[in-house]
This record gives sequence, C-alpha cells and structure tokens, in this order.
Amino acid sequence: MSGIETLVIGGMALVTFMIRYPLLALVGRWTMPPLVARALKYIPVAVLTAIIAPATLYPSTPALQWPYLLAAAAAALTMWRTHNLLLTIGVGMGVLFAAQLGVRALGG
Amino acid sequence: MTTAHTPRSEFLNGARDTLPMVVGAIPFGIIFGVVASAPTQGGLSIMATLAMSLFVFAGSSQFIGAQLFGTGAPVLVIVLTTFVVNLRHALYSITLGPHVKHLSQRWLLPLAFWLTDETFAVVVNRYNQADDSPHKHWYQLGSSVLMYTNWFACTLVGVAVGSALPDARALGLDFAMVVTFIGIVVGNLKTRPLVLAAVVAGAVALLTNTFDHKLGLLVAALAGVAAGVWAESVTAPALAVQDAVSEAQS
Repeated sequence: MSGIETLVIGGMALVTFMIRYPLLALVGRWTMPPLVARALKYIPVAVLTAIIAPATLYPSTPALQWPYLLAAAAAALTMWRTHNLLLTIGVGMGVLFAAQLGVRALGG
Repeated sequence: MTTAHTPRSEFLNGARDTLPMVVGAIPFGIIFGVVASAPTQGGLSIMATLAMSLFVFAGSSQFIGAQLFGTGAPVLVIVLTTFVVNLRHALYSITLGPHVKHLSQRWLLPLAFWLTDETFAVVVNRYNQADDSPHKHWYQLGSSVLMYTNWFACTLVGVAVGSALPDARALGLDFAMVVTFIGIVVGNLKTRPLVLAAVVAGAVALLTNTFDHKLGLLVAALAGVAAGVWAESVTAPALAVQDAVSEAQS
C-alpha cells in the first residue's frame, strides 16, 4: 500500500468515525441544525451526479465516448423503468461491452 | 419474543434480522472489490481496497473514494467528499444515542464504527420495542458484526475476481462504478427538487471540470445541494397548502 493510499484511507476512516462516534456518545447535547438536516437528502444525488457527468462526457480515451454515452443512457433508462439496481448495472455494462466491440469493428 | 432476552439471543436475533440487508449488500461488496482493485492505471492496490473495507466501512463513500482516487483527485478532496457523503450517519448517531447512553466506551467505540445504513435501519426498530430488555445493544452488536464480516468477505471475493481480469480498463470496467452511480441517482429522483439538484450538480461539474485538484466536484455538489434545498423551500409550502385543501375536501 502506497503512502498516498494510506493517507486517503486513514483520512476517510477518520472523518467517517468522527461523524459516527461523537454524536452517539454525546447524547442529546447536540441537535442537527434544520438546514443541515434538510440538505442531507440532496447530498447523494448531487455528489454522484457531479461525478457521473464529467466521467461520462469527458472520457480519458476518445474511443470510449460513444460506448460511455450509450451505456449511461441504457443504465438510466433501465433504472427508470425497473428500479432494479443490479439489473441496471448488468444492462449498462452489457451495452458498454457491446458498444466497444461495435466501435472496434467500425475501426474507431 | 416471549422468552427472556439474553445477550446471546439478542445477538443472534440482531444477526438474523439483518440477513435480508446482508443479501442485498453481497453483490455490491463484490462489485466494489472488483472495480476498486481492478488492474487499471491509477486504481487502488489490492491491499488498499481491502483496507478501505476494513477501516472505512461505509459502502457508498468507498465507491466514491475509489473512483476519485482513480481519477487522480488529491487526498483532501477525497476526504472532504467522504465527509459530505457520510454526514447522514450523524442522524443515525443522534437517533440511537439515547438508547446506548448507559454503555461504556468499550461498547460505544465499536458500535459507532459499525453504524451503517443497514444496521441502523434494523436496530432502530429493536430499540423502539416496548420491552425493557437490558441487552438490546447485543442486538446491535449481532447486526454490526454480521454486516462487517460479510462486507469484508465480499470485498475479498471481488478483489480475487478483479485480479484475475487481464486488463480491466480495456474492458471499460472502470466505468462500472459510474453505471452504479447512475442507477443510484435515477432511483433517488423522487421529487422535483431532487431532479433539480441532480441537473444543477451535473451542469456545474461539467463547467468546473477544468478546476485544479478536482475542486469542481465539491463546488458542483454544493451547488446541487443548494439548488435542491432552495427548490424545496419554494415548492414545499405550496405542496403543504395543496395537502390541506385536498384533506379539507375529502
């Protein structure tokens, strides 16, 4: 494990524990500000979309542009219609592999 | 539930009631192990992938941390993003605090470390049951230990599978995490403020993609959260009035 990996995992472990532990131990001496509590439910959607958009539209390899776009669209559609996350991952990756084969066949 | 509760019975009941959650977590633990450690340039090493499941133990933030590490984000951005993503656990701690206040640090430290979405969802029901069993924390321990060992075992399986794949990047496997995130987001778009939060975060992320050190990610996430909270404050009062009207009419 490299030094930078140790820092990343140590840092992630520390902040996660410092969220979970103090409030469990400091019973009732701190309540969450209402604004923070309301903001919580938007965090997953906002953080994940902020990762998805550039990862999908600006791939590191240009040949992956179409496969990424098609896989993302297929995944979004599958989740929207079925609400089945495992099926969504399966369909998304299936379309990704198929599209890569297609791009290669077209000499992309 | 008619017999007296012993620490042993609480522990076993906690583990048993967590089984459905464990089954749900198995594929994601394996997927995490595969994609986090898959031999892509810049990805996590096998040891680091295992260490993350062992020491961080927070599924969604592990996916995000591995993804950001793979794209070369600096340590501080990864840690700050982890903080933001895991902030919801504070609500769980606040909720469970009154039920565990009689416990010593020897109990509180591990119970806090193991407090995941799944264990919270299961144990909050046990704590709220009316019986005055003095061993309810054993129930939480049973749930926690099962979730933890299962998550690590699944990561181990995933790492083994991932290291057997020749060139994961050529397969586009580093995109599996993005596909997973897309599923999570689409599954969460239940209200208009949530849709707005996603649209704003995505748009700002594209506009700020050139920012140094991946800081655009945090800017975009904050913009999305702000947009969602704002939209809720604009639309929620109107919805409340609608509810009141339809209730009066029914």
